Amino acid sequence: MSQPELRANRDGPASTVEAAMSSNEAIRIMGVHKSFGALEVLRGIDLSVAAHEVICLIGASGSGKSTLLRCVNLLEPVDRGQILLWGQDVTAPGVDENAVRRHIGIVFQSFNLFPHMTVLRNITLGPTRVLGTPREQADELGRALLARFGLAEKQDDYPDRLSGGQQQRVAIVRALAMQPGIMLLDEVTSALDPELVAEVLGVIRELASAGMTMLIATHEMGFARDIADRVCFLDEGVILEQGPPKQVFTAPVNARTQQFLRRIVDAGRL
Amino acid sequence: MRGSGESVYVDDQTLVASGPPPPGSFGGGSRRSHLLGMQSAAAVSTASTVVFIGAVVALFVFAPGAAAVRHTFFNPQQMKEAFLGDPRQGLYSVGKGLILNIEMFLIAEVLILFFALVIAVLRQLRNPVLFPFRMLAVIYTDIFRGVPLIIVIYGIGFGVPALYLKGISTQSDFVYGIAALVLSYSAYVAEVYRAGINSVHQSQVAAARSLGLSQWKSLRHVVLPQAVRTVIPPLLNDFISLQKDTALVSTLGAVIEANRAAQIDSSTLFVYSSYTVAALLFLCLTIPLARFTDHLIARDVSRRMAGGTAVR
Repeated sequence: MSQPELRANRDGPASTVEAAMSSNEAIRIMGVHKSFGALEVLRGIDLSVAAHEVICLIGASGSGKSTLLRCVNLLEPVDRGQILLWGQDVTAPGVDENAVRRHIGIVFQSFNLFPHMTVLRNITLGPTRVLGTPREQADELGRALLARFGLAEKQDDYPDRLSGGQQQRVAIVRALAMQPGIMLLDEVTSALDPELVAEVLGVIRELASAGMTMLIATHEMGFARDIADRVCFLDEGVILEQGPPKQVFTAPVNARTQQFLRRIVDAGRL
Repeated sequence: MRGSGESVYVDDQTLVASGPPPPGSFGGGSRRSHLLGMQSAAAVSTASTVVFIGAVVALFVFAPGAAAVRHTFFNPQQMKEAFLGDPRQGLYSVGKGLILNIEMFLIAEVLILFFALVIAVLRQLRNPVLFPFRMLAVIYTDIFRGVPLIIVIYGIGFGVPALYLKGISTQSDFVYGIAALVLSYSAYVAEVYRAGINSVHQSQVAAARSLGLSQWKSLRHVVLPQAVRTVIPPLLNDFISLQKDTALVSTLGAVIEANRAAQIDSSTLFVYSSYTVAALLFLCLTIPLARFTDHLIARDVSRRMAGGTAVR
């Protein structure tokens, strides 16, 4: 993965980029706070994600998983703290947020496909309008991606003709078409019927094995255990516990993590 | 529980009805009686229509002033003259006037669609540099939605020529009329656009912005196409009323005509039947537009229902 240029006018010292390359660090989150009015959603998050690492964020609804993801791609501005992508501070003033976002793919719980565009146009919108890729080239890339994820025959359909699982796979392909260095997945299977979850998880597994750096907020504990290099348990806006999935799921240290996992097990979700 | 106490369990007989309900127990019936039902419904609606029209006709036939009204508003000879025009008597053709109205309507419509969109978009952009424009857009819509069209028409039609501005004050009533219609209607239509823009869910904007699209590009490629689709029926509704409001522009010329009529004092020139002709001609234009709007709304509804079942 080449070093993407995040600033509109690059003035940072080249040494920062080199340092990031040597440390192989894709994301560094430092002391991030975020409130919505009186509600404090993130209360000091510190997290470092290496390139090619897959991190699963688990925790109850409202623990701040989604907000953290939205902060990383600047959909929500942070109140305090810093977020570094490939060593560059993207929370600093004067950063071109559009330039940052084109290197980060995000997939939402509710798909958010553009209903007035065909599947292929959904996918080529970013490349043609943001990257300036010629239409034919973008179409070619879009078709190749669709074929790779078993959606080739859907390219001319409108999103409302697709099943939820197909829509979510298209949403993943739409993000991938920008050739991002990082993928953020925000509870991408939560809105799906149970029998449609597997096809979406399959796509994510494929991405992980291809070496994509991913930050995944999920309620699918079995999936998190399989796919994650590291699992982070969020509770009331802080990371209470993190470690390899084996450790977090079988021998959690923190009492709240134990409580959370016990509830999940009781619900038959693990 | 059954009273006797002999049975503590609920047997199958109480859970499953002994057989299908007898025919007709849901109030329907055989196919034949269904057809009869449709026929009688048609008969009832026909009868009520006939009675209603009969009552309206009776009003025009038996009312005390019916003969006078028929003479002034429905004089066939005068209606024919009004439609064709009679240059010898100084009568203008209502039909010709209508063509002028249509020209005015079409030009105004294109300009309104454009200006209203600009105003709606200006109100939407959150860039601090554009703040003065946003404020101007708010003031503009507030003023021109509040002022009656007829006053705007008088203001432009009589006010602008009085300014004696070179090139601007020497235009025809046709131009002033269009200017007044555009000023007044753009304010309404901008609000319709704005409602459409606000109806597009915020998650669509998030999806667009997360791809790296700028605020303007997400508006242009994601929000506006969806917003415009939503507001086509209400827009057409506004254009039906624009179509008939073009008639108000004729007040600019009509004032002069009325003065002249008063000077000659020949009341025969002032033919009320021409108004009836004009009203009928306007209906010929607005009713098809109204039906077309209905058609679009119905199509939109059925498409949404189809979309609702397809998403699963």
